[in-house]
Amino acid sequence: MEDKYLLSDVKRYSGTDTSACMRCGKCSGRCPAYNDMDIKPHQFVTLIERGDIEKLMQSKSIWTCLSCMACVERCPRNVAPAQVIEAVRDAVVRQQYANKIKAEDIPAKIDETIPQQLLVSAFRKYNK
Amino acid sequence: MRFSYYPGCTLKTKAKELNNYALKCVEALGLDVKEIEEWQCCGAVYPQARDEIATKLSAVRTLNYAKGEDGKLLTLCSACHNVLKRVNEDMISDANVRLKANNYLQLEEEYAGETEVIHYLEMLRDYVGWDNLKAKVVNPLKGVKIGAYYGCLLLRPSKVMAFDNPENPTIIEDFIKAIGATPVVYPYRNECCGAYVSLDEPAISKKKSNAILDSASANGADMVITACPLCMYNLKHMGDSVVDVKYFTEILAEALGVKED
Repeated sequence: MEDKYLLSDVKRYSGTDTSACMRCGKCSGRCPAYNDMDIKPHQFVTLIERGDIEKLMQSKSIWTCLSCMACVERCPRNVAPAQVIEAVRDAVVRQQYANKIKAEDIPAKIDETIPQQLLVSAFRKYNK
Repeated sequence: MRFSYYPGCTLKTKAKELNNYALKCVEALGLDVKEIEEWQCCGAVYPQARDEIATKLSAVRTLNYAKGEDGKLLTLCSACHNVLKRVNEDMISDANVRLKANNYLQLEEEYAGETEVIHYLEMLRDYVGWDNLKAKVVNPLKGVKIGAYYGCLLLRPSKVMAFDNPENPTIIEDFIKAIGATPVVYPYRNECCGAYVSLDEPAISKKKSNAILDSASANGADMVITACPLCMYNLKHMGDSVVDVKYFTEILAEALGVKED
């Protein structure tokens, strides 16, 4: 797929208008996963505006975002950084052989206490 | 008026007690609650990408079933509530999702978000009322200091969830007061526990869960209560157990005197 289509697809799937961002940084200030992100939520918004999709697709942050929606809640400009991060993650896992977790990895990770909800959630996020 | 009840996968397996106590309590409160027939998993997380349709269909089936009853869908698990409420919002406000979901499901009548999605706590607040609940309490939990743990899923995004003030919620504190206990307000009560990331990066969930438990403990809580099996798992198994964690339905059953039935 041509890069230009990939970028416009990701922007469209994200369902948020990143051009409205005024760079206040409140999203990253509120993010509970901030310390575990290489590219921060406010940087996702800026980089997608600049069209740097490749860099975002290689970031660690797409796997550590908790989808907790705290950034969305705090944005004074109605931008949804979490939706940008999810759209980029989807762009990665929708590729062939690009799932972050696979069914065969699961038995080694689980014990008697793990709720089904956790497994289904992680699969929905990390596997297509 | 009948509530169509959607338990979800985890409430029938690893979180049976959350479900069982809830059902004992609705009986004690005299509410008409009936479990939906042949329900399917809601999908556990709301798919945010605007082109996701198939992943929303099981939620639409559930919503449509409740429409055929009294139009009131009762949820208990925070994640199911979040998914069902947000998909319902899509069916109301996103013409693309509505058209494609209806084309796919071929229902007798188009589904366009008619069902009202009500969380168990909202049912207690809006359909029972705190004063009425208080009047039904036989074992008030006097002197027990309880921290409400909201997490993310009940509150955010607040424009869709419309559950309570996302920054300063009070519904669980009101619940705690109604059953005779003392609410403890602490800064991390609406912070994320680490969610699904605990499967692949347990260190993150451990850090998040401990921050929540330490915050509750430092503010004097004897226990924290939750409505979410995933929060329960992270707080209990990732955290270092500085305070006890219980489902809110367990202490409700205790207060209503139906816990040991």
